[in-house]
Amino acid sequence: MFGWEFPPHILGGLGTACYGITKGLSMQADMEITFVIPKAWGDEDQSFVKIIGANNTPVVWRDVPWETVKNRLGKFMNPDEYYRLRDHIYADFNYIYTNDLGCIEFSGRYPSNILEEINNYSIVAGVIARTYDFDIIHAHDWLTYPAGLHAKSVSGKPLVIHVHATEFDRSRGKPNPIVYGIEKDGMDHCDKIICVSNLTRKTVIDNYHQPEDKVVTVHNAVEPLSPEIEAIERLAGVPEKIVTFLGRITMQKGPEFFVEAATQVLKRTNHIRFVMAGSGDMLNQMIHMVADRGIADRFHFTGFLRGRQVYEMFKSSDVYVMPSVSEPFGISPLEAMQCGVPCIISYQSGCSEILNYVIKTDYWDVDAMADSIYSLCTYPGIAEFLKEEGKKEVNNIKWEYAAQKVRDIYNQLVYR
Amino acid sequence: MKKICFYFQIHQPLRLKRYRFFNIGKDHYYYDDYSNETILQQIADKSFLPANRMFLDLINLYKGRFKIAFSISGVALDQLEIYAPEVIDGLMELSKTGNVEFLSETYAHSLSSLGDPIEFQRQVKQHADKIKLLFDQEPTVFRNTELIYSDEISELVYNMGYKKMITEGAKQVLGWKSPNYVYHSETQPNLKLLLRNSGLTENITFHFSDYSWHDYPLTAEKFISWIAAIPAEEEVINLFMNYETFGNLQPSYTGIFEFMKALPRFAFENNIEFATPGEILDNYKSVGPISVPDPISWSDEERDLSAWLGNTLQRSAFNTLYGISERVRLCEDRRLKQDWLYLQTSDHFYYMSTKHFSKGESYTRFSPYPSPYDAFNNYMNVLSDFIARVKAQYPDTVENEELSSLLTVIRNQEKKIKKLEAELKSIREANVEKFVKKEEGE
Repeated sequence: MFGWEFPPHILGGLGTACYGITKGLSMQADMEITFVIPKAWGDEDQSFVKIIGANNTPVVWRDVPWETVKNRLGKFMNPDEYYRLRDHIYADFNYIYTNDLGCIEFSGRYPSNILEEINNYSIVAGVIARTYDFDIIHAHDWLTYPAGLHAKSVSGKPLVIHVHATEFDRSRGKPNPIVYGIEKDGMDHCDKIICVSNLTRKTVIDNYHQPEDKVVTVHNAVEPLSPEIEAIERLAGVPEKIVTFLGRITMQKGPEFFVEAATQVLKRTNHIRFVMAGSGDMLNQMIHMVADRGIADRFHFTGFLRGRQVYEMFKSSDVYVMPSVSEPFGISPLEAMQCGVPCIISYQSGCSEILNYVIKTDYWDVDAMADSIYSLCTYPGIAEFLKEEGKKEVNNIKWEYAAQKVRDIYNQLVYR
Repeated sequence: MKKICFYFQIHQPLRLKRYRFFNIGKDHYYYDDYSNETILQQIADKSFLPANRMFLDLINLYKGRFKIAFSISGVALDQLEIYAPEVIDGLMELSKTGNVEFLSETYAHSLSSLGDPIEFQRQVKQHADKIKLLFDQEPTVFRNTELIYSDEISELVYNMGYKKMITEGAKQVLGWKSPNYVYHSETQPNLKLLLRNSGLTENITFHFSDYSWHDYPLTAEKFISWIAAIPAEEEVINLFMNYETFGNLQPSYTGIFEFMKALPRFAFENNIEFATPGEILDNYKSVGPISVPDPISWSDEERDLSAWLGNTLQRSAFNTLYGISERVRLCEDRRLKQDWLYLQTSDHFYYMSTKHFSKGESYTRFSPYPSPYDAFNNYMNVLSDFIARVKAQYPDTVENEELSSLLTVIRNQEKKIKKLEAELKSIREANVEKFVKKEEGE
């Protein structure tokens, strides 16, 4: 499996989803998974999956003593593994900058030279594909498609690509041609495309011109909450109801619609406060907008939240709003529902396909959104109902089931 | 001799318009006139009018041997009067034949029997008055909203002076017993009950145009042969259905009108007669009691209340609504009283049902809302405005009981003043007379 993120070092929903799928698949007794990430940090949970960091895989032959390898890579892998990988270097990559172990450095993030990093990642993939024995290749999102294709051409094994988002979602319909090219190339040459929602599947079919029978939907799921998270209490010290937006503050997530809805609600009420949690390229614009509408006294920004803070925010919320303009799946409403927070989501998000116990509006229908926020904060009947039923519903959306669907796809490819 | 008893339900709710929370406190008109009008006129054209004509023809043709009954909610009558008065004319004509019975029900097609006995009685009375006014009949048979019935409701109905009632032949209540007899209430033995034969009814209402049904097509001959095949001692066959079955739920191209037209002929050939619920309940003795501790209805597979009060959304809206009823009764504003009725219609609660989720459907049939949550939010916004209006009638600080006694004092004062004025007047007149006499005497 090729992925760009793996918990605990995640920047968005991609890492969480990769973790869930891997964990779900690992519940199948005859499944063995190797997960390649650009940069291994050493604190990843390796109990059910073998993690290989591309930054620890040699692409240039260096004569390094066993002791050095043990010191340097001991916490990531068995030193013998290094030598095994080194035996499968397939070309002269001296023109690339490598360190004393012959490995390429990776940031593991989304740097400005991302295209170079993607290319390096696929060079490493060549070494890994030659070293290990496997039945199927699974690549998550466009960053890893070239690596997946490379591994496929080296090994001849079937390639599944997993579309967590497309360039059309990220750019509100104005795709970057280079990214689109990489995505299209991956989709054209793989064996099966898994999409996280029917919405994404439609985009892949329409905008990437893929045959319908090649593209299947496997909806995402959510990990059950750990007891420590369950135990978090409401932190908010204000008596008002709290309505929360949580996510990257970018065009794709529709933060301005949240501000507009908040303006509508705040004009008429005094028992509701709004919180926008997260950061992103539109944060400053949103702060200006809130100031301009004159609602800054009851509209708050928290900045970027990570790990436990996210759940503290959920637990302190009375309503969670996700007005995404185009959301391939959107895992955060599921997390909010786990915490017992009633959700309002846009029809334009993939998770609305599998959720019944949430309120759905169009992302642009600010009036309807404001109306729903008001109801959830004012009528206990509906808030209680969605809280209880939503929790029940989301507890039945398990990675185990999603992984079974993925397995069916593997079986089709392996035993054809 | 077997008797077929037809009763047809006519009801349409007053659908609410999109009422956002911005409207609360500003906009006191709640109804979606456009859709109410178009829907009602469509149904009238497709169903009510042709069906009225057909039944009038049948009654005239068979000179008193063919009989039917109607139960029409007050909300539907109000709307028909405005949007399709010709339907009312047709019903009046039917009433004049003497072969059509009108049943009693709650004015608002409400669930008040479950939440507010006083309101329930008031509505039944209001409905009976309306029927008397329009059709010159005093209804004697009671039919509750959606055939909802329980032992408790039977007491309520009996205490209002009704001795005849109609309900569903629900399996969970009947068990092995047949619905084709007259029964009586367990708790009120003097209240006779007529039970719907749901199997035979649904053959018409659901299966008539169902190609995949094993008995398709349903002809009048076949249908009557089934009734003829029922053991001779089971004498009453109760076919209770929505009037819209003719022409709307079963469109006219399915042949539903032709089926109905042919039905009496085959019935009479097989020695089967027709009767109204009132006649049957007068002429037949009860064969035994029916005990219904938990309310039943004629809806869904479960035949219970789950379609209206199944989830917490519905129950919370229901409780909010009836939480204000005492205060509403103290008000005298006519518009307020009318809104109060229209907000009680059971359909508003039906739209909030989430039962269909389990079947994988995301919206409720017949619902004007895209989701049950929209239905709830919209209704609650309207209700909030309504409650604010009710509270604005009298100061909020005065308790209901205190207010009630104060109001009685005020009303009595008026009466008393009038009485005293009258007295004063008569005394004055007497005095004038005396004075005149005195003058004459002098």
